[in-house]
Amino acid sequence: MWLSGNLNTYLVVALFLLILGLYGMLQHRTFIGMLISTELILNGAGLNFMAFNRFLAPNPAVGQVFTLFIMGIAAAEAAIAVSIILAVYRKYHTADPDEVCDLHG
Amino acid sequence: MILYQYLAEALFFAFILLTFIGGLLAVRSGILMHAVLGLAVSLLGVAGLYFYLGSPFLAMMQILIYIGAVCIMIVFGIMVGYTPAQLQAGQVGGKNLVLALSAAVTAFLLLLVALSRTVWVPAMVKSGDYSLAYLGESLLYQYCLAFELISVVLLTAIVGAIVLARGGREEHF
Repeated sequence: MWLSGNLNTYLVVALFLLILGLYGMLQHRTFIGMLISTELILNGAGLNFMAFNRFLAPNPAVGQVFTLFIMGIAAAEAAIAVSIILAVYRKYHTADPDEVCDLHG
Repeated sequence: MILYQYLAEALFFAFILLTFIGGLLAVRSGILMHAVLGLAVSLLGVAGLYFYLGSPFLAMMQILIYIGAVCIMIVFGIMVGYTPAQLQAGQVGGKNLVLALSAAVTAFLLLLVALSRTVWVPAMVKSGDYSLAYLGESLLYQYCLAFELISVVLLTAIVGAIVLARGGREEHF
């Protein structure tokens, strides 16, 4: 049985991407690091869509269309996130997510 | 014939390894530039997997959009928004390490159990093909509304990004 022709291989790789993104999201101490983790999660989702499209879906174009839309959303999200990071840095002069707050208790 | 298959399988393993190593570098590296490099390597591996899933077009788009646009934009964000001292300091770890590890391992095990217990049922009847012509046709006929909507979303995002990045600059000059 060849691994490249097996649905579960792709699903496990996508699962690893999701887990790495989750881990990085919780543990990184910068906004850019969290953005990078988000991109990893979105890639896992795209890989999942393509794997299901290749092995299970009746119409082979659907998964490709979905993955293309995910790429477009990810590009828009990255543009917004980078500009928000710049605005936050200009206002608070810090890159630490914990220090960005106005109401210190 | 068999030799070609072995070579293809070795290349498949190489792409999976690229994805894993790049992802680990992206989430574990303390230096932000290395994290972006890891992200690019990981996305390259995923592009190779798209090739194996029968869509060279998506592999090209992955390289073009993700590596060519998103990664470069993140690099610009790092260069503009961070001081050199912040770039050199270790940005990973701290109090959340144990929580993040336990959450990741728990989610991984749960999803792995769900994945191994599911029986996937392929579709009985296949329609359409993998060609780029069919993909473009369904993009412009069947998914035309979504296609136009995502164009509007992208335009709004770009305009919003410009507005956000310009705002507040007057205070400094």
